[in-house]
Amino acid sequence: MLSDQDRIFTNLYGVHDWRLAGARARGDWDGTKEIIARGRDAIIDEMKASGLRGRGGAGFPTGMKWSFMPKEIGARPHYLVVNADESEPGTCKDRDILRHDPHKLVEGCLLASFAMGAHACYIYVRGEFTNEARHLQQAVDEAYEAGLIGKNACGSGWDFDCYVHRGAGAYICGEETALIESLEGKKGMPRLKPPFPAAVGLYGCPTTVNNVESIAVAPTILRRGAAWFSALGRPKNAGTKLFCISGHVNKPCNVEEELGIPLKELIEKYAGGVRGGWDNLLAVIPGGASVPLLPKATCDTILMDFDSLREVRSGLGTAAVIVMDKSTDVIRAIARLSAFYKHESCGQCTPCREGTGWMMRVMNRMVQGRAEPDEIDTLEQVTKQVEGHTICALGDAAAWPIQGLIRHFRPLMLERIQQYKSRGAARMAAE
Amino acid sequence: MVKVTVDGIDVDVPPGSNVLQACEAAGKEVPRFCYHERLSVAGNCRMCLVEIEKAPPKPFASCAYPVAEGMVVHTDTPMVVKARQGVMEFLLINHPLDCPICDQGGECDLQDQAVGYGRDTSRYDEHKRAVKDKNLGPLVKTVMTRCIHCTRCIRFSAEIAGVPELGATARGETMEVGTYVEKALSSELSGNLIDICPVGALTSKPYAFVARPWELNKTDSVDVLDAVGAAIRVDARGPEVLRVLPRLNEDVNEEWLADKSRFAVDGLKRRRLDSCWVKRDGRMVKASWTEAFAAIAARVQGVAGDKIGAIAGNLADAESMLALKDLMSALGSQNLDCRQDGADTDVFRRDFYTFNTSIAGIEEADAILLVGTNPRTEAPLVNARIRKRWLAGGLTVAAIGPELDLTYPAQMLGNAPALLAGLRDGSHPFAGVLKGAKKPMLILGAGALARPDGAAILAACWALAAGSHMLTPEWHGFNVLHHAASRVGGLDLGFLPGKGGKGLSAMVGGGVDVLWLLGADEIDTAKIGANTFVVYQGHHGDRGAARADVILPGAAYTEKNGTYVNTEGRVQRGQLAVYPPGEARPDWAIIRAFSAVAGKTLPYDSIEALRARLEQTNPVFARVDILPRFGCTDLTGPAGDASAVAAAPFVSPVPNYYQTDPISRASPTMAECTETFATPARAAAAE
Repeated sequence: MLSDQDRIFTNLYGVHDWRLAGARARGDWDGTKEIIARGRDAIIDEMKASGLRGRGGAGFPTGMKWSFMPKEIGARPHYLVVNADESEPGTCKDRDILRHDPHKLVEGCLLASFAMGAHACYIYVRGEFTNEARHLQQAVDEAYEAGLIGKNACGSGWDFDCYVHRGAGAYICGEETALIESLEGKKGMPRLKPPFPAAVGLYGCPTTVNNVESIAVAPTILRRGAAWFSALGRPKNAGTKLFCISGHVNKPCNVEEELGIPLKELIEKYAGGVRGGWDNLLAVIPGGASVPLLPKATCDTILMDFDSLREVRSGLGTAAVIVMDKSTDVIRAIARLSAFYKHESCGQCTPCREGTGWMMRVMNRMVQGRAEPDEIDTLEQVTKQVEGHTICALGDAAAWPIQGLIRHFRPLMLERIQQYKSRGAARMAAE
Repeated sequence: MVKVTVDGIDVDVPPGSNVLQACEAAGKEVPRFCYHERLSVAGNCRMCLVEIEKAPPKPFASCAYPVAEGMVVHTDTPMVVKARQGVMEFLLINHPLDCPICDQGGECDLQDQAVGYGRDTSRYDEHKRAVKDKNLGPLVKTVMTRCIHCTRCIRFSAEIAGVPELGATARGETMEVGTYVEKALSSELSGNLIDICPVGALTSKPYAFVARPWELNKTDSVDVLDAVGAAIRVDARGPEVLRVLPRLNEDVNEEWLADKSRFAVDGLKRRRLDSCWVKRDGRMVKASWTEAFAAIAARVQGVAGDKIGAIAGNLADAESMLALKDLMSALGSQNLDCRQDGADTDVFRRDFYTFNTSIAGIEEADAILLVGTNPRTEAPLVNARIRKRWLAGGLTVAAIGPELDLTYPAQMLGNAPALLAGLRDGSHPFAGVLKGAKKPMLILGAGALARPDGAAILAACWALAAGSHMLTPEWHGFNVLHHAASRVGGLDLGFLPGKGGKGLSAMVGGGVDVLWLLGADEIDTAKIGANTFVVYQGHHGDRGAARADVILPGAAYTEKNGTYVNTEGRVQRGQLAVYPPGEARPDWAIIRAFSAVAGKTLPYDSIEALRARLEQTNPVFARVDILPRFGCTDLTGPAGDASAVAAAPFVSPVPNYYQTDPISRASPTMAECTETFATPARAAAAE
């Protein structure tokens, strides 16, 4: 269990002042100038040593990502782009950072930008986050006023500008290259990779796109040291993480915990347990809508970190734990997710544009059982035809929940089909 | 060069190539829908998937993946085939599969590739998507349900045509290609959308439900509806030309074709002259060839040579112009002109009247000055080439003439010919740009030469070119942009007033008793003297035929073998695709036949013999399809007085792009385009 002094987000629940004075009292903006004085390489090395993995879902080592930026600033400026387009169903961690601890993010932006040679940072905030964007803008304004950012930020000699940009509410704009397109004023459609943003990103310049949480934890890591951070969690899955627990639990909540905490402990300790007790648990989606669900048997023992969840063919994703008890129609739940991905597909590439609609329609029939048993296999093949064949990861994200459902609940789907057939037969007999 | 191995075949490809190009270099066919060599890479159809060794074990879109040294690519592994089959299935689930009623049938990429990667039955049991059709104007028909969202059309209109009017609205399954606010595409290149659309979403509106590709006889030819000389393929069924498509010619039209050249062909079936007509008692009556020739011979009899004249029209082939010239000199006449617009040209040297930089050479230029020309209407493909050069970066364009929208930014210096003097003496700011440029070009519109001070404009432009490093031994930056297909050929073979001969205005103004019009329809026939006996030889009942005393039915460009010289001076051969209608005959043969009746038999009986005579007249006619690049070593300019430039503003010689000649004036499609695009009141009301 994470001790209170190891918590990074000490105002996660908004009980303290979120403004500059309150943030300073919690230790933010302390010694920022001295951290910058260590130099770019030292900061990147420290981040690498901390073992921090990106908090946006893919879990790519953050320090390594920063090191991909060109060492020297050439003719083209470098940019940091912060992905605050948090739209993954079930996820609400960045939202609370923006609401209650925006200065952690702003300070992180300064440090990360310095580490990668960027003088400008854009924070792309989800369109629906009205008050969150307002808080963030106020925090940025306060930081400018206090000389923490702007010309000669914190007296470090580094010029740094931070811009808050509001999106218009499209899930796909959370994909890093679609986000860049949207930021440039174009339609939010993912770009082809390569070239990667570190080579050709925003306005064709070297760019790094990081998740809010990854950036917001950076100042604390740099202040307290990589050794402290990497001592938390499990090997290769270091540090603390914000978990968003929702669904059929008694007390849905956001909580910061060490990576590698058992799922059962997480739910029972912080979320007041599953509605009707642990035995009433049906399944859990452990990392936001995109990852395959876990049946109860797996949930009993699974540890919540990147590698453990990968071993059971799921993923940590954004660590949004969606709990479903036995009252859930799990087929309908996944069908709802399919509708979401069909709605949010950008329509650029064929497998996702056509496949998400197909999957949604079959799933809708599966909810009723109005299908043939072999259509389950067809559905699974369709998910395989989408997965890995698309420009961005939305295709994968649309395929995985269905694959998880078929993997763990095929008997239920078959039973539903049988029920539908027998109802039909009964009606026929009655007529 | 980068070494890449494709299916065990080693190939060297230039750095920066993509994997798809490497596969093609190895002779491996990679299916694709969105990828097009001349457009930016979209990578969205996902059909060109290949497997790459030492990369993550998933298929990669080869069109969007750059090659690397030592890369090993597989195009036919089970994984690749399975992936392509998957994509094909997705493309087909919402495709209507209405091939039997689709005009793309038989030449459809989706159809072809479905043979290789499609399933025999569909696993998709849901409702198919239906999309509302869009109205893109009179040329392009849309059946948007067939669209596979490859975005080629969007990229073509934004990149090549330079009219970013197409785009995709909505997202996901509901994504639709369209103009957002429904409007006709305002491009002279819109017909190319039909060619680049890999499915039947965009097809030809005039050609809808007309024919299947396997019913057509295909003849390679050249276009004559402007002076670019685009390579075309004439598709005919029986005696009817049904459509014209572009053919690849990198030096001229690449693979594009302008709309008039593509869509005016329905004019070939209308208002045709298919028999001889002779005026008797003030009325035209049908006649046989014998009667018509006899009528002409009777009238010519006893007329002095200097009272006979001939004018060649804009669509005339070089062979018939030469035959007519020979006939005229046999009759003792020096009264010839091939310049219906009255242009003042100097034929002392060929580079005084041709497009010397060459169309492909535009891609080397770094500064272009347009004088009295609107290339967008006079030569849309030249304009597309300038735009291509501009897209590559580092090109400055300026124009003297009316305000233009050229689809690329151009400095409008004003519409005052006096600006030429300012540029010449360096007092105008743009003179600095020309001086600083490495390969500057000047493009002089043929319309400017038709002014009363045409000779002065020509001399002034040459002097400007000579003084601005446009004329060097390696680079010839002086260009005349013609819009009449016959013009350069006519000038090359000297279809011009001989010594003491009368020119256009003298002939039309009553200077001759007998006037032979070889397809000359752009002259002011009202000015022709009331007593002048007019022979009209041509293929359409247009202005010239309306004034004629004898009509001789000739052949249109699709109905005869003929030689044309484009504005660059490139000699090209058009081929007979169908036979002329009714009594109509190839034009040179008509003249040859009449020469016998008139007792002045011309010394050739076949087109080969006539072509030998053509080469004798001017050796340039021997260089068919070959256009050597050349510089300029002799800076001596044309004869005109550069200081005699008048103050009158330049006026475009092509006020309506869609109707410039007898064929396009007879075309219902072009009439519709005129109504849609060129009629100001209509255009304003549409907005």
